Amino acid sequence: MKISQYPRLFGLLLAGVLAAIAAPVPAAGEEEAAWNGGLKQKYFADQPIEESNAVIELTAPYRAEDPALVPVSVTAKIPQTADRYIKTITLVIDNNPTPFAAAFHFTPDSGKADVAMRLRVNSYTHVRAIAETSDGKLTMSKAFVKASGGCSAPIGADLEAAMARLGKMKFKLDGDKLALQQPNLTQLLISHPNITGMQMDQISRLVKPAHFVQDVKVSFNGKPIMTAQTDIAVSAGPNFRFYFVPQQPGELKAEIKDNTGQSFAYAQAVTP
Amino acid sequence: MSRSLAGVAMVLAVAAASLQEASALELKEIAAGIFVHQGLHELPDAHNHGEIANIGFVVGSRCVAVIDTGGSPEQGRELKAAVERTTRVPVCYVVNTHVHPDHIYGNRAFRQPGVTFVGHRKLAQAMAVRAPFYLEKAQRELNNGLTRDDFIPPDQTVQDRLELDLGGRRLILTAHGPAHTDTDLSLFDDQTQILWLADLLFEGHVPVVDGSLSGWLKELEKLRSVQAKRAIPGHGPVVSDWPAAADAELHYLTRLREEVRGLVKQGKTLEQALEQASRSSRGDWQLFDEFHKRNVSSGFAEAEWEEP
Ligand SMILES: [Zn+2]
Repeated sequence: MKISQYPRLFGLLLAGVLAAIAAPVPAAGEEEAAWNGGLKQKYFADQPIEESNAVIELTAPYRAEDPALVPVSVTAKIPQTADRYIKTITLVIDNNPTPFAAAFHFTPDSGKADVAMRLRVNSYTHVRAIAETSDGKLTMSKAFVKASGGCSAPIGADLEAAMARLGKMKFKLDGDKLALQQPNLTQLLISHPNITGMQMDQISRLVKPAHFVQDVKVSFNGKPIMTAQTDIAVSAGPNFRFYFVPQQPGELKAEIKDNTGQSFAYAQAVTP
Repeated sequence: MSRSLAGVAMVLAVAAASLQEASALELKEIAAGIFVHQGLHELPDAHNHGEIANIGFVVGSRCVAVIDTGGSPEQGRELKAAVERTTRVPVCYVVNTHVHPDHIYGNRAFRQPGVTFVGHRKLAQAMAVRAPFYLEKAQRELNNGLTRDDFIPPDQTVQDRLELDLGGRRLILTAHGPAHTDTDLSLFDDQTQILWLADLLFEGHVPVVDGSLSGWLKELEKLRSVQAKRAIPGHGPVVSDWPAAADAELHYLTRLREEVRGLVKQGKTLEQALEQASRSSRGDWQLFDEFHKRNVSSGFAEAEWEEP
């Protein structure tokens, strides 16, 4: 119990997470501390953000079974029309070392601005989705997640296997075939370890550079349908579900780029 | 938990910790010179301080090898005291069978000149990557005084196989591919024909997949061909009927893999897989509700890449 013996080390190590430790299940208001105390300003400056589930609704498990693979989905409550549509959905995990998780960009052709993914959640924290509609307004939906999972860590299992398949991708269409002129649910799977790096680590003396997917671009017959900026909170083996509206059969294409500058592309023909 | 309740819990936990300091770690000599402390099937928490795994040591004529050091710095000290009560032979080796907290948090008690820490070739990196998260979690949930100094990486790594000569007996260490974790070691004592499997074998406590489901089945197949008189699991009682004692775990992992492969084939999402996960083997295992879904989750993500 003699934590005070190591004040310097501890201060260095845990400065960023002390707030979360002091209040595992925070009292009302406290759970907003990280957000109001800098995150909101950092990502959205002084823009007003309305908190409501009228534009999007975030779904996340209250108790995350595996902190390395937390399924999080955002459901759009408004249709994607040329007049008004959801342009961007940004995901923020307050108490993660890197709170920014991802930003997804949609067009009226997306049909439905739903998006689902798997995230790493390090702690007890709010997960937030902020939608920017084409009129420039911001709306936020949030959920509280407790990362549990006993002995596991939010790293992911067997990253070597993901590395061996580095850049391999596949699409999965709901029902395996295309439905024309209506929103089709599509899943993009990417094999990538998506790991955070370590500077010269005190424990192992190892240096491990970060290696994660930064840009994702999905197009259909050459027309972009979803693009995203992603960060290390996205689980190993990045996996995204989203919609697009095909007018005719064609080719789905994914192009990704990671932080080391490596690019990967994959195309898959889809037919009704 | 409210603030005041948290305060009371803290006081109780501290009281419990000081009681523990007085109490000696209970160990059983399960074969000549092999001492095992059996942990309880509990989730690591502020009451048990994370001290839930089987730990112990092997005594040779020249050296003692400690096999896993426990779930808290305090338990490491208790284990060290138990070694000193048992024998005058010095500790030369501390073997960490894998990266999980309940097996490595007692390391620091043994750190002194003449002691070599031994682990899987990937252990140092796994410790380093997990340490920041594990530290925060220990602070939040275990109340066991863990610091970064308690993470001690191996001085000597096991690439594939390593023999430790303890004087009069040899321990043969095998580094496994991803299975329970991606840092699993098993040990075989040539003198008593005892196979120390640590968390490659769960008895009673539901197996936890934090490495690779298919990989574990592969490693288990190899291990089942080892001729051993007894086997020591990481959780649960020492068993004498090896390899039959692995049947329950083998059955659980095999069914889990069939299930997640089926869910992937049906085009289910991870959310649906978690919802629909079968609970049919719930009656066979303790802590099923705490770990089964996470096994489904990681197994499902693994199965997604097994298809063309
Ligand atoms: Zn374990």
